[in-house]
Amino acid sequence: MSWFEKPAEAPARVPTEAIWAVCPSCKAYVAKEVWRAADKVCPKCNYHDRLSCRERVALLTDAGSFKELNAAVSFNDPLKFTDASGAYAAKAKATAEKTGVGESVLTGTATIEGVPVVLGVMDFRFLGGSLGSGTGERILLAAEKAVELKRPLIIVSASGGARMHEGIVSLMQMAKTCAAIARLKEAGLPYLSLLTDPTTGGVSASYAMVGDLNIAEPKALIGFAGRRVIEQTIKQKLPDDFQTAEYTMAHGFVDRIVPRKELKGFLAKVLKYAGF
Amino acid sequence: MAKKTQKKLSPWEIVQIARHAERPNIADYTRLMCEDFVELHGDRLFGDDRGLIGGFATIGGERVMLIGHRKGRGVEENIEANFGMASPEGYRKAMRLMRLAEKYGLPVVSLVDTPGAYPGSEAEARGQAEAIAHNLEFMSTLKTPVVIVVTGEGGSGGALGIAVGDRILMLENAVYSVISPEGCASILWRDGTKAALAAETLKITADSLKGLGVIDEIVPEPEGGAHADVAQAVAAVRKAVLASLSALKKVPVAELVDRRYAKFAAMGRF
Repeated sequence: MSWFEKPAEAPARVPTEAIWAVCPSCKAYVAKEVWRAADKVCPKCNYHDRLSCRERVALLTDAGSFKELNAAVSFNDPLKFTDASGAYAAKAKATAEKTGVGESVLTGTATIEGVPVVLGVMDFRFLGGSLGSGTGERILLAAEKAVELKRPLIIVSASGGARMHEGIVSLMQMAKTCAAIARLKEAGLPYLSLLTDPTTGGVSASYAMVGDLNIAEPKALIGFAGRRVIEQTIKQKLPDDFQTAEYTMAHGFVDRIVPRKELKGFLAKVLKYAGF
Repeated sequence: MAKKTQKKLSPWEIVQIARHAERPNIADYTRLMCEDFVELHGDRLFGDDRGLIGGFATIGGERVMLIGHRKGRGVEENIEANFGMASPEGYRKAMRLMRLAEKYGLPVVSLVDTPGAYPGSEAEARGQAEAIAHNLEFMSTLKTPVVIVVTGEGGSGGALGIAVGDRILMLENAVYSVISPEGCASILWRDGTKAALAAETLKITADSLKGLGVIDEIVPEPEGGAHADVAQAVAAVRKAVLASLSALKKVPVAELVDRRYAKFAAMGRF
């Protein structure tokens, strides 16, 4: 190998992770404390980075008010599914251990500025926030709890869609969760859906899109089919703003885009209008 | 019977039968299963989807609301029907017709045969996700009997958008899946040629779905598949639909809706 083909030497590694966060969108370096104080919203480009379910609970609810429901409801492996990267059951178990959440949604009771609610918060780290049978069961039980306690239900979505590893059983969770929400609505109770980055596929085509209000975070990806699939179908390149929260609101499917800092206050205000 | 001695088909072979160009489509069902069919058009909001149709139908003297995906025969018809891939207008038209069925006291019969909901930019702009989601909600509370028949391809959310019901029938060689075997293979195996393996792993055949408690009944097909004897295949569906309707009509409607809720609530509880 001649000298001009030789790969440049990797730059000396500087331990920056302790001090700097890198915005996943614009790649700007932001001091960690600034990043944290801004709840992971980039001060340069306003990108709303993904939150874990616990971070989201801390953001939206009154300190110490959250009590988890149905922690024992976990993932199932009805198909005994194994793909090129191994067994689904092992992957799900490892994810559960790593994230400390037993499924892609965390559900519980809490108060928001003093108003008691039932809350479900999805966590994208759990297999892309995919909708498994455990997810569907937790959401159904949360909706039933809200009916029992006569409380509003709030679900925060962050999901790529159905969980292929659970096959048809995953698909059925779309119908199951929507049936539970229909019952909650028949009981006259509010259901607020918060769509965060990303909310697509089987989750956008079920409980995420049927809120009394659909509320989105800025720039969140919201859509049904994946961008690549659509581009292959229509044989055209799609504009950059396609399937953003802003696009979805302009087309009439989201009531309002609310910056992260204002979310808790906004939810509390809506709950007041809803009579709570 | 000769059929019993036939070798068992692989899931991938069943996918090919489910997608067969000559497989009975909704036009065959309205022609051979119904004494009368009055197609009703439009979602009253934007347009009239040709990939999902519906209207009044009479089956063995029973007046019903029939809805279903529409695959064409031949290229021209298939282009018009968008190969059975419905747009938001299709799901909204279906909801409008089901609401009408409830008002007129007609049971709903829904025939499912789609590769999936149309993944196009206009479908996104007009709210494909919202249209399907609202149907799921609405069908779960519909105050009239609903019989679903998966006749060919049950392609993911696009199928489920008209497939929430009291009794779910599936033809012997139909498939019903969260994702196409090809799509699953290219995502989870990073290799589209592993579709046969994905079809096996995803458990998408009528047998498997019955075992998983997702469907209630398997409708037998003629030897070689429904396309081998369309009249016989449609007759078997007709018989099964009529039996389901007659059983469901005996149940008080409030109890019917409660049972439907319980049925879907139990899915995925192991």
